[in-house]
Amino acid sequence: MNRRVPTPGGAGSGPGADPVTPAPTPTPIPTTSRTESRTTRVGPLARGALLRWLVLALAVGVWQLVARAHGSVYFPPPARIARHAYDLWFSGPARHLLLTDAAVDNILPSLGRMAAGFALAAVAGVALGIAVGRSRRTYALCNPVLQFARAVPPPALVPVFVVVLDFGTQMQVASIAFSAVWPVLINTAEGARNLDPLRVEVATVLRLTAFERLWLLLLPSALPRIFAGLRLSLSLSLILMVFSELLPGTADGIGFTLTDAQSRSDLLTVWAALVLLGALGFLLNTGLLAVEKRLVGSRRPT
Amino acid sequence: MLTLDSLGRHYGDHLVLRDISLTVPDGQLLCVVGPSGCGKSTLLRTIAGLLPAHEGTVTVDDTPVSGVPDRLAVVFQDYGRSLFPWLTVRENVALPLRRRGLGRAERRAEAERILERVGLGGVARRHPWQLSGGMQQRVAIARALVCRPALLLMDEPFGSLDAQTREDLEDLLLEVHRTDGATIVFVTHDIDESVYVGDRVVVLSPGPGSRVLLDLPVELPGPRDQIGTRGLPGFVALRAQVGRAVRSGKKELP
Repeated sequence: MNRRVPTPGGAGSGPGADPVTPAPTPTPIPTTSRTESRTTRVGPLARGALLRWLVLALAVGVWQLVARAHGSVYFPPPARIARHAYDLWFSGPARHLLLTDAAVDNILPSLGRMAAGFALAAVAGVALGIAVGRSRRTYALCNPVLQFARAVPPPALVPVFVVVLDFGTQMQVASIAFSAVWPVLINTAEGARNLDPLRVEVATVLRLTAFERLWLLLLPSALPRIFAGLRLSLSLSLILMVFSELLPGTADGIGFTLTDAQSRSDLLTVWAALVLLGALGFLLNTGLLAVEKRLVGSRRPT
Repeated sequence: MLTLDSLGRHYGDHLVLRDISLTVPDGQLLCVVGPSGCGKSTLLRTIAGLLPAHEGTVTVDDTPVSGVPDRLAVVFQDYGRSLFPWLTVRENVALPLRRRGLGRAERRAEAERILERVGLGGVARRHPWQLSGGMQQRVAIARALVCRPALLLMDEPFGSLDAQTREDLEDLLLEVHRTDGATIVFVTHDIDESVYVGDRVVVLSPGPGSRVLLDLPVELPGPRDQIGTRGLPGFVALRAQVGRAVRSGKKELP
């Protein structure tokens, strides 16, 4: 059984038991793959992280050199972009967490709308997904509708919301929420549908209440799928946040900064906004992964 | 008292159980033996109220079973799936206590007491998948015992454990049965195990349409022990009798 955690120092302590020294020659056959992978993974993990950052640094370095050699106004070197981003957004007073007025006026509203839209999508997606996935029949009935809704490219829906809700925060939050809800919904439904029938029997025998079934069985067992959906939704939220701010009629936001700078041929600001968006996407995803690890990480097999 | 009265069940056209009548007095440990696929699990699930009976009735203490009866607990064979991996061992064991309206602290204390009893003192805060198979099944047994069931159903509970662990758990079960006095229905395909553990052994014929082939009281002296009891002439004779019944059932097949 691969679920067993071997006892250290037991009769079966093979080469994997010693975390520091490599296995002596001749290499004995590893007794358990679990210990083996656990001890040897630490080194490559650290080295892998280092390597990834090295590749990133190298890419930026090459970008810097090439851009400087060419001296094109359209492709400024990254050092200048970083400097500009710093001046533009992060050189404010300490009591504003170093944020400048431009940052407070544009980055924060964007993030606020995105957070609101994503939160709405997450809550609605999980709730509806559980409702749909709980019964085989509802799932079968709803699946075509869901697949259709998911297939519509989300930005194409923005014009609809513009007409219905007019420009402004409401329209933007609605666009984000309506686009981001599908991946969570579909994945949650899938997760809820694949509930182990034996566990359902256990819940019945234990006579758990409906709430206990939801909280102690359904949600935990769908959690990995829910997070798979949330990750997709998060990146969609970022896309829709920018897209909804690109439309004429918006007054603030990172997307607005982009179009505004473009209309003034301020390429440096455009690049700074792009880098900012990339960094935001990376940070948000990292944050979500951390939450997932904390919630789902406390168990191995399902 | 558990009573099955001409119980029958089918899946569509496929007849699983046919005309099963049994009376299990309070405190008896009844072993149900039969080849795999003979409907043992279906029988157990019908008694548990997880599946409805298509013919006949199941009665627990003069109340016909519809839905899961009061003070019933089930131990399934697949401990890995029957325990909730996202809960700690203690939380798993405390699950049935929610119904009893105990506070959080009381539930914990009760769970730890019962874990101690099944020989799992130090692992309350671990997760099930961090334990060996035998320990996981002990957790499942603790979860079943924690609400002091009057009727305990066990579906091949030791079927996927190694021989040594299985013997330890058989003895744990006997000890629990001696002290708690619950009625136990123990389903197994292991003939030796059924005679060693049971007060009474019932052999089912192979499906389709399983029925009772043999209903045999096990009269062996004193507290049982793995080496001594299995060597007794009485044990050997009973085992042979059960074994022949299981085999004769196979020959009956067309």
